[in-house]
Amino acid sequence: MKPRRTTSPARPRPTPRDVVGADPGPAFEITFDGRSVAALPGQSVAAALWAAGILAWRTTRGGGRPRGAFCGIGQCHDCLATVNGIPNRRACLLPARPGDAVTTQEGAGRADLAV
Amino acid sequence: MPTSPSDPHRDASGEHAVRSGAGVFDLVVIGAGPAGLAGAVAAGELGLRTALVDAAELTGGQFYRGPSPALGARRPEALHHAWSAYADLRERLRHCPAVSHLPGHHVWSVVRDPGHADRWTVHALTGPDGTDRAPVRLAARGLLIAAGAVERHLPFPGWTLPGVVGAGGAQAMLKSGLVLPGRRIVVAGSGPLLLAAATSLTAAGADVPALVEATGYLGYARHPGALAANPGKAAEAVTHGGALLRHRVPLYARSAVTAAHGRQRVEAVTVARLDRRWRPVPGTARRIACDAVAVGHGLIPQLDLVTTLGCAVRPTADGTHAVATDRSLATSVPTVWAAGETRGIGGAAVALAEGELAGLAAGARLRGAAVPPARTARLRRRIARLRSFADAMAAVHAPGPGWPEWLTDDTEVCRCEEVTADRVREAAADLGARDTRTVKLLTRAGMGWCQGRICATAVACLATRYGASDAGPAPDRRPLAAPVPLAALAELPAESGPKTAEPT
Ligand SMILES: Cc1cc2nc3c(=O)[nH]c(=O)nc-3n(C[C@H](O)[C@H](O)[C@H](O)COP(=O)(O)OP(=O)(O)OC[C@H]3O[C@@H](n4cnc5c(N)ncnc54)[C@H](O)[C@@H]3O)c2cc1C
Ligand code: FES
Repeated sequence: MKPRRTTSPARPRPTPRDVVGADPGPAFEITFDGRSVAALPGQSVAAALWAAGILAWRTTRGGGRPRGAFCGIGQCHDCLATVNGIPNRRACLLPARPGDAVTTQEGAGRADLAV
Repeated sequence: MPTSPSDPHRDASGEHAVRSGAGVFDLVVIGAGPAGLAGAVAAGELGLRTALVDAAELTGGQFYRGPSPALGARRPEALHHAWSAYADLRERLRHCPAVSHLPGHHVWSVVRDPGHADRWTVHALTGPDGTDRAPVRLAARGLLIAAGAVERHLPFPGWTLPGVVGAGGAQAMLKSGLVLPGRRIVVAGSGPLLLAAATSLTAAGADVPALVEATGYLGYARHPGALAANPGKAAEAVTHGGALLRHRVPLYARSAVTAAHGRQRVEAVTVARLDRRWRPVPGTARRIACDAVAVGHGLIPQLDLVTTLGCAVRPTADGTHAVATDRSLATSVPTVWAAGETRGIGGAAVALAEGELAGLAAGARLRGAAVPPARTARLRRRIARLRSFADAMAAVHAPGPGWPEWLTDDTEVCRCEEVTADRVREAAADLGARDTRTVKLLTRAGMGWCQGRICATAVACLATRYGASDAGPAPDRRPLAAPVPLAALAELPAESGPKTAEPT
């Protein structure tokens, strides 16, 4: 366990959009707990929240602890959010739509999944 | 390539569509990753009426996961290797009228059609997250299961903090949504996916203050034959290595993130050296500041569907299970084939070759199609070579038995049900649970939303460690391959299958 880096050489910091040469349509607004968040067409709800620096949008049923996306591919269900009043939506799968109101899902949301 | 085989037929209630009017497919391919895509194209080009079904909106699976077209990426290949193989398959799919691509279809069950012993009924939920009110049934004479893998996770204190994400998850979110979980991302765990993740995260502008790998990459040197036979794989490693050097990513080999720290989100990690058994070496811990962690300990074949179908499985070099097949990739259940990561973790190249071989085998079996023996032989050779390399890597990166030593009593093992290591220990050691299943019943570990997909490895490993005897990580039998609203279950016909049109 040797290597240590102390300073980072100045380099222009690319963005994910630069790397793939993305030219999306105009951003639109969704809200998270009432706060305005910009989303790009084609992004999932989770991606739009990450882009805004938001990493948690659910609290657990037992300890009330914050959670957000973990597996990124629809498997873990940690990213469940309440979207437009409907709980238990997997934010990593759900495309963001203009005007979507995302709210922190507390606890179970609603127990309607047969698992 | 039509996007749906016919107009959905609405039932009396007008509520949910059943694709019964579509008739019977020769082959339903489940999973449109490299394996499923290659399989559907091969079968379709032989004239098989094929449905290519995937939960995702786009083909490509995990490896060729790309941004939604609406993001207007001019160079989606910039975050990928070997994009041309994918572009070629997509083109062939477009020109193959025999294949219907059904995106946004989450298959939750596959059963034998009670009315026709030689047919399968595939049940799927629809919509981006499977919540559209239009469950679908497909009838098929054969199935190709190409469902891929899920990431293997080993818990550590703090791994449930926001900002700690799967390494594959970070890749997936980056490739599909062009986003990062933070700006200073520690990449940790074990396996070749970590190199790929660190490379793309740095390319996309993140700093990676540490790449923490539990084994030494020198382990590959113990398998010189497999390395020499796979120059492409060595070149891939060199590309990743070069990119990481250029970005000055420090590699901590034989080390692990043994804790993540922070209050509302991760702010730092502890990295410690590991001994050969993956036990943290006292006195070697150091703290590294970060605002995200991308962590994963390799991949596990996704076996939900094959185990409910009753297909035989085999143990793998890295302690998991994969579906067993013959050399034509037929499973133990007639007319069910498997390809790609479902057959064992092997990477995209082997998935492409196996998908093609399985598609050809299905064509020969279901339609009597003539397949040039040279083509089959070439694929078999390629698969054998790539699999030997994959097995060598799997053996190198198999988790050591000492990892539970970095757990604390209150480390959550099951994320969904918030079950701590202490409660798993209590169930196995004090309450006398003799097998993993009893541990799960006593603690609810692995019985939450994800049905143990994330924690099964860890729970089985801890249960044995603390006294359960048969905890051998036999693949879980999950009755449902995707979460299903109770309403959809209630609407299932009690007895017979859907009315299907005559075989084509
Ligand atoms: C999260 C994650 C990220 C990864 N990222 C990389 C990477 O960046 N680089 C790399 O080299 N390798 C990566 N891999 C490894 C990857 O698995 C292989 O390289 C390759 O994609 C395997 O191809 P496949 O066709 O076997 O499976 P996959 O590509 O995984 O394709 C399987 C497909 O099946 C679909 N599916 C599964 N179950 C169902 C169901 N019940 N209903 C409907 N559809 C279903 C999935 O949506 C998926 O599209 C990643 C793996 C994971 C799990
Ligand atoms: S992040 Fe795992 S299901 Fe969405």
